[in-house]
Amino acid sequence: MALKELSYAEAAALAIRREMEADARVVVLGEDVGRGGIFGQYTGLQQTFGAERVIDTPISEAAIMGAGVGMALAGLRPVVEMRVVDFALCGMDELVNQAAKNRFMFGGQGRVPLVARMPGGIWDASAAQHSQSLEAWFAHLPGVVVVSPSTPQDNHGLLRAALQCGDPVVYIEHKTLWAVRGDVDEDIAVPLGKAARVREGNALTLVSWSKQMQACAAACDALAAEGIAVDLIDLRTLWPWDRETVLSSCARTGRLLVVHEAVQAAGFGAEIAASAAEATGCRIARLGAPRIPVGYAPVLEAQSRIGAEAVVRAAKKLLG
Amino acid sequence: MDPSIPGGAGEALYRTMVRIRAFENAAETASQGGVSAYGQQAAGAAKVRGPLHLSTGQEAVPAGVCAHLRTSDYLTSTHRGHGHTLAKGADLTRMMCELFGKATGFNGGKGGSMHIADFSVGMLGANGVVAAGLPIAVGAAHAQKLLKKNDDITVCFFGDGAINRGPFLEALNWARVYALPVLFVCEDNRWSATTASGPMTAGDGASARAASMDIAATQVDGNDVFAVHEAAARLVGEVRSGGGPRLLHALTYRVKGHVSVDLAAYRDPAELAAALETDPIARTRGHLLSTGVRAATLDAIENAARDEVDTALAIADAAPWPDASAAFTDVQSTGAGQWH
Repeated sequence: MALKELSYAEAAALAIRREMEADARVVVLGEDVGRGGIFGQYTGLQQTFGAERVIDTPISEAAIMGAGVGMALAGLRPVVEMRVVDFALCGMDELVNQAAKNRFMFGGQGRVPLVARMPGGIWDASAAQHSQSLEAWFAHLPGVVVVSPSTPQDNHGLLRAALQCGDPVVYIEHKTLWAVRGDVDEDIAVPLGKAARVREGNALTLVSWSKQMQACAAACDALAAEGIAVDLIDLRTLWPWDRETVLSSCARTGRLLVVHEAVQAAGFGAEIAASAAEATGCRIARLGAPRIPVGYAPVLEAQSRIGAEAVVRAAKKLLG
Repeated sequence: MDPSIPGGAGEALYRTMVRIRAFENAAETASQGGVSAYGQQAAGAAKVRGPLHLSTGQEAVPAGVCAHLRTSDYLTSTHRGHGHTLAKGADLTRMMCELFGKATGFNGGKGGSMHIADFSVGMLGANGVVAAGLPIAVGAAHAQKLLKKNDDITVCFFGDGAINRGPFLEALNWARVYALPVLFVCEDNRWSATTASGPMTAGDGASARAASMDIAATQVDGNDVFAVHEAAARLVGEVRSGGGPRLLHALTYRVKGHVSVDLAAYRDPAELAAALETDPIARTRGHLLSTGVRAATLDAIENAARDEVDTALAIADAAPWPDASAAFTDVQSTGAGQWH
């Protein structure tokens, strides 16, 4: 057992380090990765593995993603760094039409085992083009796995699982979780497609992911103080999502609240809500951001945030 | 034309071009009524359905370039990719089966004409998106350089329309920055769908843009298979020996419309007539006859191609459709079975 206290960023860098040690096919490509990446999520890797395997690139998102596809087809397992999910949009053909389609479209002749890291969520005071949560776009896309870890342990384990799985993976860390610290056990495997039940309770099922888990956990504390025990589930993988864990909880509690930082309308919460309704007939509420771009001034930015109080209010309304 | 090409090689180039032409002529016929576009309605009876992009008149480019490639070299193609596929050594019958949508096609009927691929001969795929092959090609070449297995290279075909898309710039820059073993081949057929490329393109086109990124470019008469063959010999050699990327700018002409049901009525008939005067197959035949090759030899090549295509049509017609369950295979491994 190798237990360490690491930040969310360090946990990710260690995951890539371990996979690069174990598998010479793993390479990293993207802007600024040699310096450790803009969030420190590649710290030390180029020093260890060299500039041929940790490749600094031009600001060319289409070529970064597209070259990742070509590398994967030719036998490598690239980590494709998009800097933020907002910039990944410059490589969308390469992800959506190429990476996600290749295996099926060509009848299984090739595989595209790449992990595209594209941190999402509100980056404080960074406004509309650096603050989006677009995971639902990718969950809608056949051919890819979608991951969104909330803790250092999960970021370590899920990144390693993503690199090993052989599918194209859209890996959405949160832009402001990098400094969050926690225990990381390298030997704990975190499987893709498996949610984590973080709190146990019978009053209500609360499903969330990524940084929004923090406000949900705080809301659970507040509700617990009033005697309301919540089943809190961290989805962790958005596709394939853990229907069994979520739906069995909904069936038991009879109530589901889905909370996410992304815009509520057509968000992935809607998919979970509809699935729970079909499968269990439970009472359901959703809570996500209003359908507005994220503003710069604090009072504007705040309109897109879902705080613990809002989660508590929504939970009580659902219980009422 | 280069009269010094060794005996037999000219006939081989001729055979490649004639096979491409025969394949595409048959596919064109089989595709009529297969797609709703350009004022036509899909009738449902067509054997080749959906958009079919023909490279008729452009056969000299893949023939001349691919003659220098190995099976282990990679190739990325375009939506107009039948010629590249055949020239790289892929099986003609399996390609016809794929156009028919049959289980025995390269892609098991999942791709059709626009997504023809034969990874077993290094042909990494036609592509339905203009310029999409360029970044994939540089990635494949980047892997070749990193893996250092041998001196294999990647050849990337694209059209003149592709040079106005961003991935063209990103990929060429990338190839030069990392000195990758990739040969870019611009098949400049002068048309971007139904719009003439010239008025839509600033500057002097693919070779000028390559030169601006310090990638040596060679312009060649793309309807002269011997000229293409000679230029490609030099460029492939330079790329293979570690010289970094090169670009071949082949000037040719798209004889057919954008897709097979597009009659290209928007074009000046004189332009087409002039282009037909330079048809690469007729020119090559004339040249070979002038160098002493017997007409019967060339006739035999043409007859063999027609027979091969007729057989392929029959095989494709008789081949089974994919099982409906194939719609659910090779999507992804993680979460396979979770369709909702």
